[in-house]
Amino acid sequence: MLLKSAAVILVLTVAGPAAAQANKPIPIVATFSILGDMVERIGGEHVAVATLVGPDGDAHVYRPTPADARAVNKAKVLVVNGLEFEGWLDRLIDASDFNGIRVKATDGIEPIAFEEGDGHAKHDDDEKHKDHGKQDEQAKDDHHSAFDPHAWQSLSNAVVYVDNITATLSKADPSNAATYYMNRAAYVAEIQALDAEIRAIVAKLPANRRTVVTSHDAFQYFGRDYGLTFLAPHGLSTESAVSAKDIGHLIEQIREQKIPAVFVENISDPRLLKQIANETRAAIGGTLYPGALSAPNGPAHTYLRMMRHNAMALAQALGS
Amino acid sequence: MIWDALLQPFADYGFMRRALLGSFAISIGATPVGVFLMLRRMSLTGDAMAHAILPGAAIGYLIAGLSLGAMTIGGLIAGMAVALLSGLVSRVTALREDASLAAFYLISLALGVLIVSTRGSNVDLMHLLFGTVLALDDAALILLCSITSLSVLILAALFRILVLECADPQFLRSVSGLSALTHFIFLMLVVLNLVGGFHALGTLMAVGIMILPAAAARFWATSVGSLVLVAVAVAMFSSLIGLLLSFHYSLPSGPAIILVAGVAYGISLLFGPSGGLIAQAMPRRHSEV
Repeated sequence: MLLKSAAVILVLTVAGPAAAQANKPIPIVATFSILGDMVERIGGEHVAVATLVGPDGDAHVYRPTPADARAVNKAKVLVVNGLEFEGWLDRLIDASDFNGIRVKATDGIEPIAFEEGDGHAKHDDDEKHKDHGKQDEQAKDDHHSAFDPHAWQSLSNAVVYVDNITATLSKADPSNAATYYMNRAAYVAEIQALDAEIRAIVAKLPANRRTVVTSHDAFQYFGRDYGLTFLAPHGLSTESAVSAKDIGHLIEQIREQKIPAVFVENISDPRLLKQIANETRAAIGGTLYPGALSAPNGPAHTYLRMMRHNAMALAQALGS
Repeated sequence: MIWDALLQPFADYGFMRRALLGSFAISIGATPVGVFLMLRRMSLTGDAMAHAILPGAAIGYLIAGLSLGAMTIGGLIAGMAVALLSGLVSRVTALREDASLAAFYLISLALGVLIVSTRGSNVDLMHLLFGTVLALDDAALILLCSITSLSVLILAALFRILVLECADPQFLRSVSGLSALTHFIFLMLVVLNLVGGFHALGTLMAVGIMILPAAAARFWATSVGSLVLVAVAVAMFSSLIGLLLSFHYSLPSGPAIILVAGVAYGISLLFGPSGGLIAQAMPRRHSEV
């Protein structure tokens, strides 16, 4: 009798915490809000996501805090974008002694190469350059990546992101893998539906109204997918300094091509764009979201909403 | 050819004209203040101020979100507080101006970083607060020109007493009660010009245009009045050439302007008649300076 009770107690003592462990959400750190949103969609209640660069944050110039190091240290999975988007990340990982799994969301996509010094305004060539985006071309300039990191602006890349995240989550937490793949399927269906919707909207735009000016060069992937051209005074990063020649060149292009709209961004200073708009009589078409979600009460607080908002804003400005 | 290179960029583009106007405004307003800073051996004040305004901008951000107006006013208040406190400490205690300013700006900077990180700000506040000369909108131009007008008027009114305060502060204190007031008004002018300059032009340009032309002018002028005039001329010239270089050679505008001023400084250092290197090497009569 005593032995039986002892056996029961022993089993409960061992099995209890194990069962509780299976229900505790896995701590995950995502580097910025878009990745954070994707992980939450796939992981649901089984993950506890901490995002480093939050809504309306600029990951190009982000400076990590000690709280971030603590979050990374406790995390089982770290989700990063890659393509040198997070220049501050390696030091943070070293400092925080991270020993979980790291997943690069951009693994497997076809990146667009960016050639610094080509002149920021000439981007029709980027599509031809994507085959020879070699690191040694940019070796002298270690501040800018050889590739455009804003890959999430393409919905087809988003599916790759989701696949990479799902695979890693399932590896870290095999007991819930079925749930993750189920969530993934639902999410991918929504992504593909949005993609079809945007394609239909853009197809209706006239051929001579498909060029737009934004603050920094964040929309090349969007442009590649849907056949739009994006020009910008800043280069790949909001940190780059602008020269008078670049602005003059941009203004000339806007005048020549009769570009109808310029767009400010949620993460950068709108003054430069407003100056350009004033001088060319292009309208400010609205705010685009290049690399961060909006606050929860804003129009772009999830990834899908953000993509839809961007597409609608563009279509509205170009269609009118 | 001359037209193409020198004047056409300004004729064709509104943003170049505004950039030139803004640079001229700050040359006329901030550079004379820089001359006095140099005379009072406070040349590094500008850089210190750039850091000192952080807590003010942070509090402005906490109160009103990403409002440039609130952050600028907050920065102004913080800068004034640091300038005033350091001036007060240097007058009332044994600590000199440079050390007291250093102490206060470091405290201010640390406070600013603390405020920013506890609230978990996602944007780089300083990144937003500091502008570029190529993006001067109407509000920024009005701000710059107002600050310049105010500076020029105040400097003109206080000119003689400022000169005396630079040259012999103890004497001034003994003969006039206006000494402390003048000192504080001068510090106000420094902060005002700097914060206005940061907002419109960025830290590099604002501080650079204050100090470099003054340093260059030192080698040409022998009286304070002519120091100011030569410094303003150098500043305006650097602005013009810098903007043209930025336009023709695709260089960032702020650094281009400051580097031209730097070249002017280098040339003055070598060839300036009043204390320049070559002038010192040549034999001269005893009575010349």
